[in-house]
This record gives sequence, structure tokens and C-alpha cells, in this order.
Amino acid sequence: MAHSAPPRSATKRTARRRLLAVLLGGVLLATTACSAGGQGPQQASGSGSPGSGELNVFAAASLNGVLTDLAAEFEDDHPGVTVRLNFAGSSDLATQILSGAPADVFASANPENMDKVTAPGLAAGDPVTFATNELQIVVPDGNPHGITSLADLADQRIKTVICAPQVPCGAATQKVSQEAGVEIPAVSEESSVTDVLGKVVSGEADAGLVYVTDVKNAQGQVEGIDFAEAGAAVNDYPIARLAESTNPDAAEAFVALVTGPDGRKALADYGFGTP
Amino acid sequence: MDTTTAAPDTVTTVPDATTAVRAPVPYWIYPLAAAGAIFVLLPLAGMAARVNWQEFPQLVTSEASLAALGLSLRTATASTALCIVLGIPMALVLARSSFPGQQVLRSLVLLPLVLPPVVGGLALLYTFGRRGLLGGTFEAFGLEIAFSTTAVVLAQTFVALPFLVLSLEGALRTAGTRYEAAAATLGAGPSRVLRTVTLPLVLPGLVSGAVLSFARCLGEFGATLTFAGSLQGVTRTLPLEIYLQRETDADAAVALSLVLVVVAVVVVTLVHRRSGLPLAAGIR
Repeated sequence: MAHSAPPRSATKRTARRRLLAVLLGGVLLATTACSAGGQGPQQASGSGSPGSGELNVFAAASLNGVLTDLAAEFEDDHPGVTVRLNFAGSSDLATQILSGAPADVFASANPENMDKVTAPGLAAGDPVTFATNELQIVVPDGNPHGITSLADLADQRIKTVICAPQVPCGAATQKVSQEAGVEIPAVSEESSVTDVLGKVVSGEADAGLVYVTDVKNAQGQVEGIDFAEAGAAVNDYPIARLAESTNPDAAEAFVALVTGPDGRKALADYGFGTP
Repeated sequence: MDTTTAAPDTVTTVPDATTAVRAPVPYWIYPLAAAGAIFVLLPLAGMAARVNWQEFPQLVTSEASLAALGLSLRTATASTALCIVLGIPMALVLARSSFPGQQVLRSLVLLPLVLPPVVGGLALLYTFGRRGLLGGTFEAFGLEIAFSTTAVVLAQTFVALPFLVLSLEGALRTAGTRYEAAAATLGAGPSRVLRTVTLPLVLPGLVSGAVLSFARCLGEFGATLTFAGSLQGVTRTLPLEIYLQRETDADAAVALSLVLVVVAVVVVTLVHRRSGLPLAAGIR
């Protein structure tokens, strides 16, 4: 580029060019390092010994509390194993796993997103349903509008917030309102169940439809009201070990813990149903 | 490019604004500028590459998409108007008067620039929400802001206002007070000076500030989601629609993202061309 540079400042220019080369090289190195990091763990980490190394657990955001507890218990029982928990929406997690993220265990909030992972053969064996969850009406503490049933939410004066039909909690909402024959004139259709809960906690909304476990997490700020039609949309949570796991023994032990008696007890404490 | 390198290395004279001499750009600037441009443009290209062109027309003309686009354009326009009405006086006060605590006030006014939008949304919620500082007052007047289009406009204005104030204040400072002083000595009252001298003088700065605000309004997501909710045709603007579509229909989300980019680019270039001045420029 600067081939015709005058000789006067040649040394200066060479120095600058060197600096530039170092800068560009650094950028390149950083990018390759990043992309290598994405696939690395599959080939690397030769520690095949059971009960050691890292265990990457990808789990639905609603499992945050219960799996954090169980992971601590697991680490106590298996010294040497570090459990890394990655909580996000199930569809995001499935996308991450499909694009090669290093996961050993996947716990999804619905079978659909688990299917995305099992269909191309990324799971080891069949997924197991380990928990269930169903909807509950959530109202501000003290239930100021005296809501007792899903039919009460048909009242236009009651500001109800629900999930949009595109997301799992919204699909469940549609199912239960069909079952009850109730049309809910929602003032907002949120894209996540936490946003619905947030609107009720902040007092903006008079009522919302969220999962039993969400109400349990916000105890003291809101009240949950059971309703008869909730059984029409029971949400199954499947868990599976992943075929590309670099720590299959620990993965299997973790799944056993979650599906075993200790897991069931912890899940029940957080409001989940167990199959 | 090489012809420019003939200039001596020891140029110290700064060309003054009236002589339109272009100072040579050091040659090593170009690769870095190119790297920056690639960094910005490559993700856009990546997105364009993912667009399902066969279904594109159908995806962007669905009822939900059109409702979101229309709502976004309407609310962004209303918010920009509100930014202009509130932002001009703010910029004038910050640029033309001095009072104790002015520096602190300026930093506070510009706060929405650096706040994460979700935090802005929460702040609005605790102010204008039903249980917020002013919620009771509004309710007394029969005004319900929660879950209304008004809430969207408030959220957008909150995040976009600093862009207008910042641009205009810069323009006002660059323009100086010579002409205003001259007009005043000729007997023009403050309001007349403002209308006939100051505002025409800083019009390019005002326009670029308004465009930046409009663009920021179009892209507003976090504060709207937290504060206004999400309902088709009422509060679900284009960014919220994209966020929701992403859950089930990645093609639709990508198609709508492209629409948003195109709308933003069209608005910015149109106004940019008309005013004939670079964005964020003051007066020449």
C-alpha cells in the first residue's frame, strides 16, 4: 500500500507497519481462539475418570432454584466434579446444543424443545420426564379483586396479563381457557412467564397466568389461586444425557440424582409435580 | 492515497474553518477504519444471508408484522415530537445559561444514554405505574398509562431525549452568541431572537438530533417491554414483535429485523441528504 513511501521516514513507517501487523494479528488470533473455544471441549478434556472434571448442565430457567440446590448436593457427593449450570429458555438452550455448545445434560421445560435435540440423535438414550408444572392464577397479595376462578378473568375491568401463544406458557394458557370456555381479554401478552409475573408483582396488572413454581418463587408478594381447568395443560419436563458428553459417567449420575428420591423431594419443595 | 503522503510530517498549522483545506488522513487510519466498518456491516450481512427470500413478502406483510411496523412508526414519530418540544428548551438552558449545579444536571439529564433500557423501564414503572410516584395522580384524572400506547411513547421519549439535547446543545455552543447579541442590540426581544436567529442557525443540529432520537425510538425494546407490556396494535412495537417471533419462527424474526434495519437506514439517509449535513454536526 505504502510502496512509494519516501525514504526519509522509512524506519518510522516500518515501525508503524509492524505495530499494525501486531494489532491485526492479535485480532485474528482472538477470533480463532474464540471459534476454537466453541468446539474445544468435545475433543479436549481427556479426563475420562468417573467422578471428576466438569459437568455442563443446560436447564430451563424455571429449574434455576431446584437445580442449583441439587448441583450443590451433587458436588458434595462427588468431590472433584464441578457442575456448571446454564439456565435459559428451553428453545435457546436447544439452539445452543444444536450449534455445538458443550453440554452434558439437558433439562427442558417441555418435550418439544427436547425433541429438537433428540431428533438429530444428540441425546444418549430416551429422555425421562422428571417433573411437571401447571398454571395457576397469580394475583397481588391479598387478592384485592377477589378472583376465585378462570371465569373471573373474563371481566374486562380486571387487567389480566398472559403469555403470548407463541411461547410455551401461552400455549398452555390457550389450552386451559379453551377447556374452561373462557375468553380472557388480556391487556398484554408477554413473551416470557417472568414478565407476566413481574407485571403482577409490580401491581400494574390485577391478575396473570403463570406456573405454580413461579408463584412459589414470589411468595409474599403475590398469591396463587388454583383453578379447575389447570389439569388440561400439564407441562412435562424431560431430562436427557447428551451423546457428545465428555463426562458421561457424571452426567448419568446427575440424571439419576434429579430423577431419584432426593430430586423428587427437592422438586416438590419448589412446587413442581413429580410423575 | 500515496500522493497525500508527500505532505511533511511536521504539519502543525490547523486550517481554520473558513478555508476548506482537507487535512490528509494518516495512511494507517484506513485499515483500522475498514476493520471498524466490517465489524458493523458483517453482522448485517450475516442477517441478510439468513433471510428466507421466498417467504419474505408473506412474512413481513402478515397482520402482526404490519400492526407492529405501523405502531413503531406512529409511536416513534410522537416520541420524536415530544423530544423536540422538551429537548429544545433543555438544550437552550444548558447551553445559554449558567447556574450552580449545571454540570450535575447535565449528567443527570444524559443518564438515559448510559442506563440499560430495562433499568429505564423500571424507573418509569416506579414513577408512572399504578403504584408509582405519580400513578395515583394520573388515576385521579382518569388516565391509565399502564399497558397503553402512551406508555410506549413515554418509554421511547425517555431513552431518546438525551440524543436530541446533546446534539442541539453542541450546535448551540458551536454557533456562539454573536448573531443573537447583534439581534438583541437591534431591539429584538428574547423570543424573537430565539425564533428568527437562534433556531434557524442551529437547524441542522436540531434535525440531526431529531433523526437520532427517531432512530433510537424505533429500536427501543427494553424499557417498552418492562414498562408498557406487549399487545398487538397497542404496545407491541417492531422490536417486541421480533423478540416474540424469534421463539417460534426464526424466519419471521429475521425478515422483520431486516425491515427494521431498512426503515432506520431510509429515515436516516433521507433526512441526512435533505439537511446536507453529517449527523451530529453543529453549524459550519
